[in-house]
Amino acid sequence: MRSGVTIFPGSNCDRDIIVALKNITGKAPIKMWHKDIEFPNLDLIVIPGGFSFGDYLRCGALAARSPVIKSIKNHISRGGAVLGICNGFQILIEAGILPGSLIRNKKLLFTCRDTMLEIQDTIVSPFLSGLKKELHLNIPVAHNEGNFFASETLLNELKNDGRIAFKYIKEINNDIDYNPNGSSNDIAGILSKNGRVLGMMPHPERAINKLHGGTDGLKFLTKSFEQIIG
Amino acid sequence: MKVIVNISLKEGVLDPEGQAIKTSLSNLGFENLNDVQTGKQIILNFKNLEEKEAVLETKKMCEDLLVNTVIEKYKINILRD
Amino acid sequence: MKILNQELYNINKNEYQAQQISTLVDAKGMGLTEDEFHLICKKIKKIPNKTELGIFSAMFSEHCSYKSSKKWLKTLPTIAKHVIQGPGENAGVIDIGDNLAAVFKIESHNHPSFIEPYQGAATGVGGILRDVFTMGARPIALLNALRFGSPTEPLTKHLVSGVVKGIGGYGNCIGIPTVGGETNFDQSYDGNILVNAMAVGLANKDRIFYSAATGSGNPVIYVGAKTGRDGIHGATMASTEFTDNSSEKRPTVQVGDPFTGKLLLEACLELMSTDAVLSIQDMGAAGLTSSSVEMASKGSLGMHLNLDLVPTREDKMTSYEIMLSESQERMLMILKPGSEEKAKLIFDKWDLDFAVIGEVTKTGRLILDKDGFEACNIPINPLVEDAPEYERPYEIIQNKNVIKINELKINYTVDEILAKIFQNPNISSKRWIWEQYDSSVMGDTISSNGKSDASVIKIHGTENSKSFGKGIAITTDCTPRYVKSDPINGGMQAVCEAARNVAASGAKPLAITNNLNFGNPEKKNIMGEIVGSIKGISKAASFLNTPIVSGNVSLYNETNGKGILPTPVIGMVGVIDEVENCLEMNAKENNTLVILGQSENFTEGWVGCSIYQEIENKIIDGAPPPVDLEKEKKIIEILLKLHTKKLLTAAHDISDGGLLTTTCEMLFKNNLGLNLNLPKSLLNSDGKDPILHSWCFGEDQGRIIVATEKIDKVKFFLENNSLDYFILGKTNASNNLNLNDMTTIYINDLKNSNEKTLPFIMGQHE
Repeated sequence: MRSGVTIFPGSNCDRDIIVALKNITGKAPIKMWHKDIEFPNLDLIVIPGGFSFGDYLRCGALAARSPVIKSIKNHISRGGAVLGICNGFQILIEAGILPGSLIRNKKLLFTCRDTMLEIQDTIVSPFLSGLKKELHLNIPVAHNEGNFFASETLLNELKNDGRIAFKYIKEINNDIDYNPNGSSNDIAGILSKNGRVLGMMPHPERAINKLHGGTDGLKFLTKSFEQIIG
Repeated sequence: MKVIVNISLKEGVLDPEGQAIKTSLSNLGFENLNDVQTGKQIILNFKNLEEKEAVLETKKMCEDLLVNTVIEKYKINILRD
Repeated sequence: MKILNQELYNINKNEYQAQQISTLVDAKGMGLTEDEFHLICKKIKKIPNKTELGIFSAMFSEHCSYKSSKKWLKTLPTIAKHVIQGPGENAGVIDIGDNLAAVFKIESHNHPSFIEPYQGAATGVGGILRDVFTMGARPIALLNALRFGSPTEPLTKHLVSGVVKGIGGYGNCIGIPTVGGETNFDQSYDGNILVNAMAVGLANKDRIFYSAATGSGNPVIYVGAKTGRDGIHGATMASTEFTDNSSEKRPTVQVGDPFTGKLLLEACLELMSTDAVLSIQDMGAAGLTSSSVEMASKGSLGMHLNLDLVPTREDKMTSYEIMLSESQERMLMILKPGSEEKAKLIFDKWDLDFAVIGEVTKTGRLILDKDGFEACNIPINPLVEDAPEYERPYEIIQNKNVIKINELKINYTVDEILAKIFQNPNISSKRWIWEQYDSSVMGDTISSNGKSDASVIKIHGTENSKSFGKGIAITTDCTPRYVKSDPINGGMQAVCEAARNVAASGAKPLAITNNLNFGNPEKKNIMGEIVGSIKGISKAASFLNTPIVSGNVSLYNETNGKGILPTPVIGMVGVIDEVENCLEMNAKENNTLVILGQSENFTEGWVGCSIYQEIENKIIDGAPPPVDLEKEKKIIEILLKLHTKKLLTAAHDISDGGLLTTTCEMLFKNNLGLNLNLPKSLLNSDGKDPILHSWCFGEDQGRIIVATEKIDKVKFFLENNSLDYFILGKTNASNNLNLNDMTTIYINDLKNSNEKTLPFIMGQHE
């Protein structure tokens, strides 16, 4: 699989997803510096987490105006797959590639912990087609602005079009705080209209090692990559 | 009656957000800037209250809570209906 | 001055004042004594101008010169085979095998965090990270030792909230995991909170960077953020005379910018991977002054700088202000001549300032130009060599009064005491705090925030087909109430507890960084606390072969004559060869719990200075539990041997709250229960039996509880090595702890109240 990982000043999960991509696919992704515009054709672009431009102004707002975004939009128009994780999800929204907005966590606190994700019935998407619907994924979040907010109309549209990828769900015996940020309808990730762009707040690249965060992220990424090249 | 509080950093306090915005604006081609300063605005919608009293109360609110007076300064404006 | 006064005055009134001859009044205003002022005049053979005097005052400050503690700091053990760099550099460096080095240091940002908790804590984290990456290491973990005032004080809530947000604000943004530390409350910290931040980094053993300047004629480079008037200390002419607009008093608070910090980290490490950097120093306290002086002094060289070339954020900054500014995210470097262009390209890429501001000289003098004139010309040696070193009088007060359990009034039953212990803010779960820290970024955190006694980080890139790789275990520890009662004993205890915590996570303890927080050293008893703790730390650290490789001293933590509890925080680092063998503190079902270091015959526990004493009798008094170094060493060795034989499933050090508290904590995570095996003599005790209480809650040192699936082998090994042990029983799925027929403890209730205490204090409970 030919993949690329964008790097903005302030990205800080770039190394983690590069390690994941390399371990799973056997091939290192290319690094896409925010000021660059020329790239080879790729199967997948990952926009990693972090605090691009320090999260100043609005999370993702300054990154979304970077030159590399144009290349990402071209890649999408060619049918390429894009995965935005955490700050990457925020950037996709600020760039107008995904709808809605991500506002501050309901409790106004940065939150770092495990969450349980339920896979939703979606349109055909390389990120989800390989996963069994009854599978729940235990993947950590770490963010300050992950509260997905949208109008009723948009929320209905996303639901009816099968574009809600993941929802936070209660674990057995777990407290009432299963939704870490208060997002509408417990949404943890959404898809583009063609199903080939996924934005998600949880960090699958932090769950690829049984000693660190478990291996549900590994399952998710491995299946996604199979579908993307398949 | 509405009272607007504009809060900004005191002179000389580093404004990293302003600097990051300035860099991004100049990358987008906006070159005519010396400086960018950020701040925040809080709008207080009072019940029936004399203008004078509202200002006094706002001032107290600023000092007690709204403003971090160690590094921030504020300006109070009245929005008349 | 080499020019006409009027001419200079016209150029810049403020700069003119900065270069005016100083007086004794100026010196006193800058915190220097009369003796110090005369010494300076004598050593530099002239009366200094105000800029020169400012430079002296900064270098002679307690913060830079350690004048009260230096004599005693020199007595700390700092050498061992595995030490690559001890105290005196930006951070300490130890050899952890495989050509790798761990680089670490702890530093306080106490006073700034009290004034402005968010920015104070954030800049504390930023500063300690720069100390580590200045040495060429990529930071891999952050810890924080925090002390706040009484939880019922309204100000405490504000300070906790701000400090925690500030630590998270910086660490989360720069992308270094915050993995552990400690948070305690005591009313002695009401007016003086402690914010001690520790950072650990990883470097190649042969790619460590130092600060000594080299090579006369080599370029001196300024990189990072621009210089503003941040943090220039209040009592100086800069803030009194130079602000024409005094209606808005200029704050001395520094603002942290983790975004620029991240860029500086990446740019420096990128440049360090080339051969361009000869030496490098972080601009921390006293900014450009201490960085330039220390670099020149360590290289026995001089420095000639043109301050007009320093990138500034504000207009018309004077030589005085530029030299004393504490703006964050800046570095000073000496580059190999000819590599400036290559270096500049890297800093341009990261949108950071890069300026050649002068050169290294062989004059041994610090010469500064400003506006075309000489603003400073002084010899460097006296700034460092002649910095005062005080022999302050001291008295070490050791409380030798051993409190026996029958001296205490017993008010509560065992289960009531346990309930109170787990509602105690000092014991309670700190989840509310650590969930605000990103503990999993970088993907290498194996154990954080209390999953094991020390936090464990995998060393990136050491994994192979057989193992997940090497790991580093890190902890911070101190029990201030013990230090208060007996500074020597308290110092030893802090080191031993840290070592036990590292060992209980499966790692071998290697070295220490310490943060010595005390009150006013001009008081005999406070100076005694300093000297006593250093003696205790030295003794234990030598014995355990865990030398001190870096550290920081914070004195004058005192308000209205009321000092803090003496708080010498020990940050310890250990190494674990195969990180998959890291030990958790959580027992599993059907594990046998065994106390190491305590026999069946042991019944009466040590209650002086214990949490138990505080709960029962509302005071903390008497001698703290004694420390037996032989026993501490042995227990660590045996624990690690048992672990190497793969006989253990969990381990947890016995500390605050004693045996029963520790046992309950081991049952929490997996919702377990236990039929506790009491010593025969206590079998018929009721819930208020004093001896039973002391057995349950005494804080005797040198004990660790381990969990095992192979009790016979463990017993055999312990007997062969003649280490005292006592079997507590086998864990079950009941979630109840049966003490004897009379008392059942509901583990889940304790766990819930343990989780609720802190959110309740912070007013954020559901």
